[in-house]
Formats: sequence, C-alpha cells, structure tokens
Amino acid sequence: MSTPILEVRDISIRFGGVEALKNVSLQLMPGEVLALAGDNGAGKSTLIKIISGVYRADQGELLFDGAPLQLRDPQDARVQGIETIYQDLALADNLDVGSNIFLGREPTRRQLGFQVIDRPRMAQVAREVLERLDIVIPERKLSGPVKMLSGGQRQAIAIGRAIYWNARVLIMDEPTAALGVPEQRKVMELIATLKAQGVSVILISHNLHDIFAIADRIVVLRRGEVAGERQVQQTNGDEIVHLMVGDTYVSPDL
Amino acid sequence: MDNSRLDRIALITKLWPWLFLAALLVFFEVYAQVSAHRSFVLNAYNLQSIGLAAAAPLLLAIGQTFVIITAGIDLSAGFVMGLAAVCVAQFTLFGNGSPWILFLSIPLTVVVCLIPGLVNGVLIAWLRVPAFIGTLGMYGVARGAGFLAAGSGMTVSVDNPGLVWLGAGWTPVLLTAVLLVIMHLLLSKTRFGQYTYAIGGNPQSAARAGINVKRHLLVVYVIAAAFAAVGGIIYTARFAAGAANAGEPMLLDSIAAVVIGGASLFGGTGNVIGTLIGALIIAVIQFGLVFIDVNAFWQFIVVGIVIILSVLIDQYKDRLGGAQ
Repeated sequence: MSTPILEVRDISIRFGGVEALKNVSLQLMPGEVLALAGDNGAGKSTLIKIISGVYRADQGELLFDGAPLQLRDPQDARVQGIETIYQDLALADNLDVGSNIFLGREPTRRQLGFQVIDRPRMAQVAREVLERLDIVIPERKLSGPVKMLSGGQRQAIAIGRAIYWNARVLIMDEPTAALGVPEQRKVMELIATLKAQGVSVILISHNLHDIFAIADRIVVLRRGEVAGERQVQQTNGDEIVHLMVGDTYVSPDL
Repeated sequence: MDNSRLDRIALITKLWPWLFLAALLVFFEVYAQVSAHRSFVLNAYNLQSIGLAAAAPLLLAIGQTFVIITAGIDLSAGFVMGLAAVCVAQFTLFGNGSPWILFLSIPLTVVVCLIPGLVNGVLIAWLRVPAFIGTLGMYGVARGAGFLAAGSGMTVSVDNPGLVWLGAGWTPVLLTAVLLVIMHLLLSKTRFGQYTYAIGGNPQSAARAGINVKRHLLVVYVIAAAFAAVGGIIYTARFAAGAANAGEPMLLDSIAAVVIGGASLFGGTGNVIGTLIGALIIAVIQFGLVFIDVNAFWQFIVVGIVIILSVLIDQYKDRLGGAQ
C-alpha cells in the first residue's frame, strides 16, 4: 500500500469544556475522494479547520506524505499544497477570473523600473486553468467581474485557483449546497476530473447522493468521534445515516 | 436583447461621464459662440479657472477614491484639509518670509495631518468602527483642531515668496496632475491597487488570500489624509492665507466626483481617471453656469441632479450585468 498523502493521527481538540474532536484518525490516499459525513455539530468543520491550519489540535499529529506536518496558519497549509474551498468560495466578486486565480499572489513584471501586475499573463493562465477543468466561459465574460458568472462557473474558478497553485489535497466544504441541479452535476464532474489528475479530495457534504456518486470512501463523524469508515461500494445510504445519527435510527426497510 | 446590443449599452453606461463632460463643453462652447462670438474651451483663462476650481476637490477625491473602493468613506478629509491650510500658514510664518522654511513647514504639515489618517485607519481596521462614524468623529476633531490652530481669527495670512510661486498660475493644476498620474498608476498597475479592489469586493476573501487587510486599510486612510494635506497646502499657497474651513465645501464635491466617476459607495469599483472626469464635470458646471450668467445657486441643483443621475446609471449598469 502506498503512503497516504495526508494522515490524521489521534487528533483531539477542546473548546472550553466541549471536546469537539476525540482521537480522530483518518487517512487520505493520493487521488482519492474521501467524503466526510456527519450530522450538524459532529466535528466535520472543526476537523477540516485543523487540516487547513485554521485551528491547532490539542493532541495528535498530522502527516503529509509520511512526514510530520506543523501548521501555524492557513498560509502554511497552502504552501504544502493543502487548499480549502470554502462554502462562500472566497472570491472577490468585483474582480475578473484571472485576478481571482492569482488573488494575493499576483505575478509582476518590471516596467520602467516598477513592479507592475502582469495582467496578460493572468488572463492567459485563467484560460489555461479553465481549459484544464473543461469549463467554457466566453471570452467577454473572462475579463468581467466574476459576479456575472453562474454558481457553477464560480465554483470552477475557486477550484481552478486551488489546482493552479498545485493543490495536492483539496478540501471542499459543501461545494454543491448553493447550486442548481445542472450545476451540481458540473461540480461533481469537476471533482472527477481532479481525481483523474491525481488530486486528493476531502469532500464535506450533506448530500448522500453526491457522496455516493463521487466518493471512494466515507468517514462518518458523530459527536467528535469517528463513528465508522466504509468503502462506497460496500455500503449504502441507510448504513451511513445509521452511523451518522447512532442507534436511535431505524431504517424504514427493517 | 442580443449580446452586441447589450455590449453597446454597457459601453455607453461605462463611458457616460466622458460623454456628459463632452456634452457640457459643447453646450458652453455653442453658447459662447452664439452669444458673444468667442470660444469657451479655447480660452486660457477659462481653462485655468476650471483647472484651479477642480484641483482642490480633485486632490481630496483622489484619496477618497481609494477609500471608497475599499467600501469606506472619509468624512474628515475636508477639515483635515483646513487643518493643513492653517498649519502650513502658521509653520511658514516662523520663517519670517524665507522661502527655505517651506522645506520644513510643508513636511511638518503633512506629518501633522497624517495623524488623523492613522487614527481613522486604526478605528476602522482594528476597532471595527464603521467608516462613516469613525471619520465623522475625526471630522469634528480636525475641525476643532483647525480653528484652535488658527487662533483668534478663522484665517491665518501668510506672505511667503515660495508659497506665492506654489500657488500661482498653472502650478497647482500641474502638481495635481502629477499626483493624479502617480495615483492612477498605483491603483491600476500595482499589487497595492489590486488589493484595494479585492478588499472592497470581499474583505474576507482578501484576508483568506493572505492580504493584510488591516494594514492595507490603514495605509488607504493615511493616503486620504495626505491628499487632504496637499489640498490644504495648495489652498494656502493660492490665497496667501490658511483657513480652518478651507475644505468644508470640498468634501461633498470630492465624494460627488468619485461617485460621478463610476465608483460605488458599496466598494469594489471606481478608478482615478473616472474621479478626474467627475471632478471636471463639477468644475465645468460651476464655472460654466457663472460664465453664462446663471445665478450661482443653480450649480448646486445641477451638480445634485448629476450625482443622482450617475447613481441611477450605475444601478442600471449592474442590473444589465446581472441579466447577462
């Protein structure tokens, strides 16, 4: 078996008196789509915030490609190739596609002794990234503000930004929550494209349909603990829901 | 609507400040030709008057453009300008008429006026005070400080050959033009400018992208204060006297210039060239109405209507964009 690209070992974290995560462990293999399922308050968001460097765990460790990983802030995680796509996409709606892909990391060139932003290069990269994701945006909209684009296109820009910066692990928090059905499908296709390109994805979703459509493996959290871990082929929705809510749930089929 | 027609409408709404300025010039030109057989535009006196009328509000408006793009506002700029006008007069008086004192009095004035800018930035970026309230507080502080610094009278007369040179003829206009070009390049070509837009679009996204939002906002409010200071210094140079209320009528004109130039008070849009056009539109209306002998109070009404019109066009542009 190959080395996991990311490994979470015995992570615990407390907020005041609440133990938000208790000895959580999981592994993410290269090119794998791992779904993180769980009810509200199960600890999904806390876990991804630890992996993306927002929180620091009280106990336990992270390993990236087999080596211990110390994250002081989200910037550290990004340098390592762990990119997070938040629910709100973290786009600057008033800027164009290229500006968003390079937000905070704009390429510059010297002009009359001054460092100026290299806009032609940004526009070129924007085209390349969208092409790689198989997303078509008309040229005239490429140079307009991204608020003019559809939800799916905007999602693609957020994903494009992550992969352009060589994300090896992509964390996606409810990527389809705000989208219409055709756009949800497009985002699912995007995840499949990324997977084919060797990017590992941690997918948080409430939508079991999405999870079963795209994930290889599902880790279920319940009250801060790993309630179970299943290969997608070897489980079904009922079992996952059962793991999510505990013994109180009785499948309607039984 | 098909795309080419939408594109045409979008282009017109984008260029409308230019078209409006051109229409104003044509109107006054025709009026001048018909009524007096002379030119309105090809007249050095008229151009210089318009340039001088536009320069002071434009200086405030350049700083204001950066602030408004970050979705903020600087209400204190007018009285910071007044404070600068008084300070530079008082400091220059220490030199007993020597032009060399300006190398001390002008930098010192700028430094004094950076303090309100720094306080504005700290209030807004770190203490999360809404820009409208924070700078309204500073409006009062700078106003009081300006009048106190002016002493018994409201104005401080100063007679200094260096200041006379600085305020004579085209000098204030040229100085404003140079600063305008520098700030235009800063806003449109550099990372600093890009981050100004990004913060105005979505401060949270900007922060997540690693942009130091707080420090950036601080710098933006300091820039606004610095431009207010330059405005005040030029005022004193032109009129050989610093007045604490020198910038009072300029403040709203400066905000109007930014808005007419295409900026949204919600942040994220606007540019220095647009602001220049906005300031020129206001100056041409003010000068032109006097030129054609219309009661001066009409200029307030006309400028007011132009502001409302520009916001309406801006909203229409957004709706148009959303529909595409």
